[in-house]
Amino acid sequence: MAWIVHNLWLIPALPALAAGLSAFAPRQSRKLAASLAIGSMFLSLLLSLCALTHVLRAVAQEIETRQAFNFPWLQIGADWLQLGWVLDPLTAVMVVMVSFVGLLIFIYSVGYMAHDENFTRFFCFLSLFAGAMLGLVIANSLLLLFICWEIVGLTSYLLIGFWYQKPSAAAAAKKAFITTRIGDLAFLLGMVWLYSQAGTLLFYDNGAGCLEQSVLIRLVAQTTAAGMTVSTGIALLIFFGAVGKSGQVPLHVWLPDAMEGPTPVSALIHAATMVAAGVFLIARIYPLMAVHGGAELSFIHTTTALRVVTWVGAITAVFAASIAVAQDDIKRILAYSTISQLGYMMIGLGVGGVAVGMFHLITHAFFKALLFMGAGSVIHGCHEEQNIRRMGDLRRFMPITFATYAIGMLALCGFPLLFSGFWSKDAILHAASEWDVSKLPFYLATVGVLLTAFYMTRQVLYVFFGKSHLSASLGDSHSASNTVAVHHSSTPHESPTVMTLPLVILAALSILLGLIGTPAWPWFTAFLSGQQTHFDLHGFAENGVLATMLLSTIVFLAGLALGWWLYGRKSIESSDTPDVLEQRQGKIFNVLRSGYFVDSLYQHTVIAFVTWSSRACDWLDRWIWGGAVRIVSWLIVGFSWLSRSLDIFVVNRGFDQGCQNISFGGQALSRLQSGRTQSYLRIIGVAFAAFVLFLIWGHHR
Amino acid sequence: MTALSSYLFISALLFAIGLAGALTRRNAILVLIGIELMLNAGNLNFIAFWRFGPHPEALTGIMFAIFSIGVAAAEAAVGLALIIAVYRHYKTTDLDEISSMRG
Repeated sequence: MAWIVHNLWLIPALPALAAGLSAFAPRQSRKLAASLAIGSMFLSLLLSLCALTHVLRAVAQEIETRQAFNFPWLQIGADWLQLGWVLDPLTAVMVVMVSFVGLLIFIYSVGYMAHDENFTRFFCFLSLFAGAMLGLVIANSLLLLFICWEIVGLTSYLLIGFWYQKPSAAAAAKKAFITTRIGDLAFLLGMVWLYSQAGTLLFYDNGAGCLEQSVLIRLVAQTTAAGMTVSTGIALLIFFGAVGKSGQVPLHVWLPDAMEGPTPVSALIHAATMVAAGVFLIARIYPLMAVHGGAELSFIHTTTALRVVTWVGAITAVFAASIAVAQDDIKRILAYSTISQLGYMMIGLGVGGVAVGMFHLITHAFFKALLFMGAGSVIHGCHEEQNIRRMGDLRRFMPITFATYAIGMLALCGFPLLFSGFWSKDAILHAASEWDVSKLPFYLATVGVLLTAFYMTRQVLYVFFGKSHLSASLGDSHSASNTVAVHHSSTPHESPTVMTLPLVILAALSILLGLIGTPAWPWFTAFLSGQQTHFDLHGFAENGVLATMLLSTIVFLAGLALGWWLYGRKSIESSDTPDVLEQRQGKIFNVLRSGYFVDSLYQHTVIAFVTWSSRACDWLDRWIWGGAVRIVSWLIVGFSWLSRSLDIFVVNRGFDQGCQNISFGGQALSRLQSGRTQSYLRIIGVAFAAFVLFLIWGHHR
Repeated sequence: MTALSSYLFISALLFAIGLAGALTRRNAILVLIGIELMLNAGNLNFIAFWRFGPHPEALTGIMFAIFSIGVAAAEAAVGLALIIAVYRHYKTTDLDEISSMRG
């Protein structure tokens, strides 16, 4: 076994170690914290590249590409619970992506968080996140994956609530944590079920792992309620965990609110890596999702579990994209866009398999991190302004940010041929158009492409074109925002190099990454399945490929044109005029702006129910259980009162009386003891005389 | 009146005088004297019952009387020593004044 397989644990351990060290660092040691985080991330990146080259070499030599290393961890009864890590193409691609994007975002954070007084804490949390995320990626055990899954959830909570002084940030952190916890509960149930059925939580274990033939045969053979196979039940429960983490409908509500965190956090956790963990999880347990029983074990795209994945993804993709159309906050638009793109990844997994979904995950990680960091740069340059209507004409002030942002936007919308997003999205659309079950996900995804192009055009036009509305609002933003803004001049300015350099690198990759997954050279697909591939232009000629590309191009151009027609023709007069859509379709716009009222729906159903039931519990506590306790206590008080009065009036009084009598007797007797010897003598004399008289009388009788 | 009863009469008279003295006197020394008188009345009884009893030849009675007088002498010595000690403490020998044994 190669050196890198043995030491794969170093990749997550280094950032985790950096987090531990910087947790002990004093608050003002900013340089130490930043260099620890960036240094450890750089080493992780080097190790990840080692891992990637190892897998590449294995693919080239056509030997087994999957190598797992397991070790016993915890003994339960006679069984050992095993943990481990696995190096396969999926892991290799993910560790490189996470450590690379993470490194760039760490560098970017040095500039973005430069004025924050809790700089050290920020890097501590960020490193911990990176460690847990990398651990999640390399895990060969569902249990280890779950542990890391929860740690990334924790760091997400800590980083969303990083500015916990803001009540909205604290509330958003709680919301994110609790909402994902609902999904995690299902995940945990699925995991326990899997353990009880398979007897192991290892993915790959020399043929005995839960994703390998022997266990899958067992899981498919048994059926449970409603004729569902056990594998489907487990897969659906675990998928619900992924729904929570990846912000799919109906648990998407936390992700837009999570934008309260610092922008690098949004870029790293809520765009590139953590929210994609749900997609990665489905990709990891794909054999379980796709397994189909029958005479011979087979993997198909139309199992119940994958249908659910596809439908949830398709609904989410359109749902979130339509909400993004009506948002005004630059980061919220991107958040809804992320939800929508995660939906695409789910469709890709459902209809096309691991490679299709993962390709979009990787490309999306790069261009969405780019967009978020561009948005951070814009926010930074506009003195913490986030409302896109109060921006405008920023391309004059921030040329680098504008150029990179435009690249990210075109990649996200799927500008034909040049950008990575086009290829990955096209692969999804192509797979969806060939799905056997229904064509509806394909149509939904196409509508999603239109909406994506439209809302991104709207955003870019608002932010970078037209007239600047910043000066009008700067007065109050100065007084409202903190002292940071005071140091800057009042005009928007380009961000420092430490922030723009990561943007440029990501922009370059947003273009280039598309090259590894074109139909002519589907290297990525082949790599994930451990095969070799070669350049072949006939890939385009496969049935439907060119048609889908043409269709998505037309739809993209339509969205772009619609956006330009509505928002670009004439520049917006002032930041207070209603949106063009709002003027035309006020009602629909309001519905979209409030996110289909999902939040208030939850407020009025789930949360209201929880509030009501907690009130009922409170009432029961106070009056039923509390009442019973009170009655018992009253009884005891009554009994003790009775026994007290018995004591006072019967026992004590009798005792007192006896004492008094004895005392009186003693007093009476003590009078005899006068201390006068002669009176004693007198008594003796009298007694003696009486005795004598008695004797005399007695004798006479 | 036989000789015995006249002795007994004298003895009873002596005892009564001693008792009266012991009861009526306030001075401790006089009370002691009264007690000595009663003791000697007892001695006289011993001698009388012995002399006119069934065995006058045995010297039991006189021995009793001699022992009794010896014991009385020792007792008087102790009693007088007590009175002196009491006097030193209370600066009086008046028995009514000395009542610290009162209960």
